[in-house]
Amino acid sequence: MSTTENPTEHGPEGSEKQNGFENPGLPYHRPRRADVDPKADKKAERQTAALFGVSIVGTIVAIGSYMALDMTDEIDSIRFVNMAIGIGIFLAMIGIGLGAIHWAKTLMRDHEMVEERHALRSSDEAREGAIQNLKDGAEDSGLGGVKRRPVLIGSMLTALLAAPLALLWPQIGNMGADWNISNFGHTMWRKGMRLTRDPDGTPIKASDVTIGSAFHVIPEGLNELEHHKIEEKAKAVVLLLRLDPRDLNLQPGREDWSFDGIIAFSKICTHVGCPVALYEQQTHHLLCPCHQSTFDVANGAKVVFGPAKRPLPQLPIAVDDEGYIVAQSDFHEPIGPSYWTRLHDTSDGLHADDDTEGSSH
Amino acid sequence: MNALARHRYHRAAPVVLVLLLLALIAGIAAAVSTASSAEATTATADDVTEGQKLFAANCASCHGLDAQGTDGVAPSLVGVGAAAVDFQVGTGRMPMQASGPQAIAKRPQFSEEEISQLAAYVASLGAGPAIPTAEQVDPALGDAANGMELFRTNCAMCHGSVGGGGALTQGKYAPNLWETTPTHIYEAMLVGPQSMPVFNDANIDPEGKRDIIAYLKAQDEGSPGGLRLGSIGPVAEGMWGWLVALGLIIASTVWIGARSS
Repeated sequence: MSTTENPTEHGPEGSEKQNGFENPGLPYHRPRRADVDPKADKKAERQTAALFGVSIVGTIVAIGSYMALDMTDEIDSIRFVNMAIGIGIFLAMIGIGLGAIHWAKTLMRDHEMVEERHALRSSDEAREGAIQNLKDGAEDSGLGGVKRRPVLIGSMLTALLAAPLALLWPQIGNMGADWNISNFGHTMWRKGMRLTRDPDGTPIKASDVTIGSAFHVIPEGLNELEHHKIEEKAKAVVLLLRLDPRDLNLQPGREDWSFDGIIAFSKICTHVGCPVALYEQQTHHLLCPCHQSTFDVANGAKVVFGPAKRPLPQLPIAVDDEGYIVAQSDFHEPIGPSYWTRLHDTSDGLHADDDTEGSSH
Repeated sequence: MNALARHRYHRAAPVVLVLLLLALIAGIAAAVSTASSAEATTATADDVTEGQKLFAANCASCHGLDAQGTDGVAPSLVGVGAAAVDFQVGTGRMPMQASGPQAIAKRPQFSEEEISQLAAYVASLGAGPAIPTAEQVDPALGDAANGMELFRTNCAMCHGSVGGGGALTQGKYAPNLWETTPTHIYEAMLVGPQSMPVFNDANIDPEGKRDIIAYLKAQDEGSPGGLRLGSIGPVAEGMWGWLVALGLIIASTVWIGARSS
């Protein structure tokens, strides 16, 4: 490999054609000011030194801030000390980087270099040697050739196949014994379970829910769960709203799922499962913050905008003897992204796909 | 274009690029952050007739002389209570300057006394939420930690995790809450103005409301994470990352690649 320093300083020498193109040669080499003017050279040197100086100052600032500044419990003082140390470290690093580049750009040689490519193909001897090495290795190890060693090969393959189990077995074991994936299509809501406030879990009376209210709801008993509390909460959260009953268009087959304008929908978006909770009381629109899917609560939470493909599942509710709001049952369709609905039809014949047509966008 | 191409190797080009970017960002930030606040008012049921006169002169054109509202224009005010009047008029949202996606907070148009008279008149039309007392909204008496839990369950989806505000649909937005007075925060929860749902005392009890106010006022201490960038979430932070950080990277790349003069 040869590196030649700018053999042709002033344009192409010969004009022989390569692949039909004329070699344009190197462009005209324009000397930098620092190359011809000793003053500019000195100036560039001073600038570089100054940049390294910035780095030195930055180091001093960082160490000095750490030692001298007093950090109290006040957020302002913590932030100030961190900021001072951070600015010091920034200057210490950037000064070195800028100085090195400035040095290279202004003072180091800037003549154009030409580095010729060498052929990619190895020599025939090297290729034959490599193949011979592989053959020798196979012969020596007993994988092939004259003296095969079947016991060694068998034991090695067994060890290789078995070893990943040491990693995988505990991982899979940790996922739990419950492999019934249809559980993912259901939540902990049951008939008669009270709707309670998130986060304290106190039950909600129908009379508490005045028109225009929005309650963030978890199932009764969720806070007492010992296992999988977060998972159950993520599936079961509900938004409980009360509209003026005149504004509420009850959906066919769901006339008795709400109570005097009080209506409950799953808070998990049917697009990719973000919590849909931006409720606009005047338009009755529920907005998902992730991808702006918008659901019309007054019309069965059908999609009026955005990428979601089906309405939010509705939780059928009723009022018990003491005036508390209770669930009539679990959701009648799987909550969240549409994936699970594709696996099986839902229990009561209310097919999850029913009102998707025309509701997207 | 040729002039631009010639100058892109100018040694000042990276600096100019960075300064332009920073100026653009500062301009956007200044345009976005406009907020107004109003003094807290303590209305006492005094002069209903004075309030009625004020109402007839300033509000009746939309809400009707008897405050019954006009279909499609303005809601009925019977039963909205003094708290709604104190919030809407006290933050300058009412009287509305122009119809739009939502009424915008501006300098209040009436004095505290006039607001309390208006509130007294509207409260006399039908029972509704009253203006909270100074003790009910005192952030010093609230528990900011509990307030945070309540805020993040009930409010953060629209107003952001620390009350920085956020966008809704069709030009509507949830306002920033840092400049809002404790009384107005309390009243907004009680009455649910405009797009905001109602959070009555059965949903978030008065102590909980005070805790939320304490949490919001605790944000005045500043953000432990450094610059807030409006606290409106990943969009603002991403914009800084992309424009500032990427701008700096591009500028230094141009500088490194440029030939020294």
